Amino acid sequence: MYDFNVARPGSIDEAVKLLSDEDAQALGGGQTLIPTMKQRLAAPELLVSLTNIPEMQGVCRDGDTLSIGGATPHAVVARDAAAHFPGLAALAGQIGDPAVRNRGTLGGSLANNDPSACYPAAALGTGATIVTNTRRIASEDFFQGMFDTALDEGEIIVSVDFPIAEVSAYAKFAQPASRFALVGAFVARYADGVRVAITGASETGVFRWTEAEEALSQDFSHEALDGLSVDSDGMIGDIHGAPTYRAHLVSVMTRRAVAAAI
Amino acid sequence: MESLSLTVNGKPVSAEVEGRTLLVQLLRETLGMTGTHVGCDTSQCGACLVHVNGDVVKACTMFAFEADGAEVTTIEGMADGDDLHPIQEAFRTHHGLQCGFCTPGMIMSAAALLKENPKPTEAEIRHHLEGNICRCTGYHNIVRAILAASGQPVPERTATATADA
Ligand SMILES: Cc1cc2nc3c(=O)[nH]c(=O)nc-3n(C[C@H](O)[C@H](O)[C@H](O)COP(=O)(O)OP(=O)(O)OC[C@H]3O[C@@H](n4cnc5c(N)ncnc54)[C@H](O)[C@@H]3O)c2cc1C
Ligand code: FES
Ligand code: FES
Repeated sequence: MYDFNVARPGSIDEAVKLLSDEDAQALGGGQTLIPTMKQRLAAPELLVSLTNIPEMQGVCRDGDTLSIGGATPHAVVARDAAAHFPGLAALAGQIGDPAVRNRGTLGGSLANNDPSACYPAAALGTGATIVTNTRRIASEDFFQGMFDTALDEGEIIVSVDFPIAEVSAYAKFAQPASRFALVGAFVARYADGVRVAITGASETGVFRWTEAEEALSQDFSHEALDGLSVDSDGMIGDIHGAPTYRAHLVSVMTRRAVAAAI
Repeated sequence: MESLSLTVNGKPVSAEVEGRTLLVQLLRETLGMTGTHVGCDTSQCGACLVHVNGDVVKACTMFAFEADGAEVTTIEGMADGDDLHPIQEAFRTHHGLQCGFCTPGMIMSAAALLKENPKPTEAEIRHHLEGNICRCTGYHNIVRAILAASGQPVPERTATATADA
């Protein structure tokens, strides 16, 4: 890894100022960025750690919204969101392994937008709002394809507002070596309808399965999904699974999520 | 260079490190504490697990500068003089190791589990060990050792290894 300078600012303003330098990069939990830097696929000159900023930490409920700081580790979400939003807490508790969950952060996961990551399914599946230092971004507009988001250079995720579902669940078919989702489905029922978000499957990253949403909004049972399937065109194909296999898993994991949510 | 002050196994430590110095390099190379192992250096194997402010983390995937002010516990901090920690003792009694390379990470992982969940089930132990890879034992005796360390009965045979461990 090439050497670099470091900063551990204590406030968002200070962090944003430091990140205005074009050779600076934000460091969340480092669970993606450090391995990437070891491979020299990233070589920032200044690393700005976001884990020392109190305003970016923790889980806070305001009515029907659960607001989670951008630098909150997965393990804290798994623990502190459990009483308010069990489906979301359970998703956080399935990410990686205990050590990854103690360092990896919500903001880092969403900013990275790995096509097989878990949190993007929760953000899109709840219609969350991504709050940055400059604006509020709807999850529909945030994810822009594999490893691509609406974030501008130097913009940071300060917090994420998750509308709390009546019932919800995440079902993940874990890739046996990495534990990332080969396919993961997040299903959430709200008073005005059901949302279904799928991760791990599509070449364009997380997506909503609208046909399943309509069927489940009529009848929230796994039988409502009988006969529904997604097209394997545009699904990821690799040594772990062909596009047809992933398309099949989309139906299976969505059913499992519905069964777990009820 | 960054100046750090932290506590390692209860003792105050100061060091000058580069930005890129990993926590595991600080422990092994600067402080000469080689009990924490580097198995993969790619965040997969868990041989490098240590506790930072009580939380188990991969010391190969955290920069030393991020541990400024923290309390770090490594495998060297587990035994009390010549008396092994109960988890270490259980690994010895139940043959929870063969080559021993993964063992420091396994023990730090087990210690974190038992702090949170003093009487875990076998399934909970296997789930917790997802990030700890062992190339020798097949995990059965590691699981048995952790059951023993938690004061629970140790079955002759554990369930067939699941995809969890
Ligand atoms: C062994 C292993 C298993 C894993 N398994 C899973 C899994 O099952 N599911 C899953 O979803 N993930 C998994 N992960 C990934 C993990 O969840 C990471 O924590 C996550 O992808 C990145 O979060 P981070 O906080 O570590 O970010 P970092 O690695 O620090 O940063 C990642 C990127 O985000 C940027 N960034 C960080 N924070 C912010 C912010 N607040 N605002 C804007 N940009 C920011 C950084 O500049 C960088 O580009 C795994 C990782 C490992 C090592
Ligand atoms: S050496 Fe750190 S996880 Fe393998
Ligand atoms: S005892 Fe050899 S790797 Fe676990």
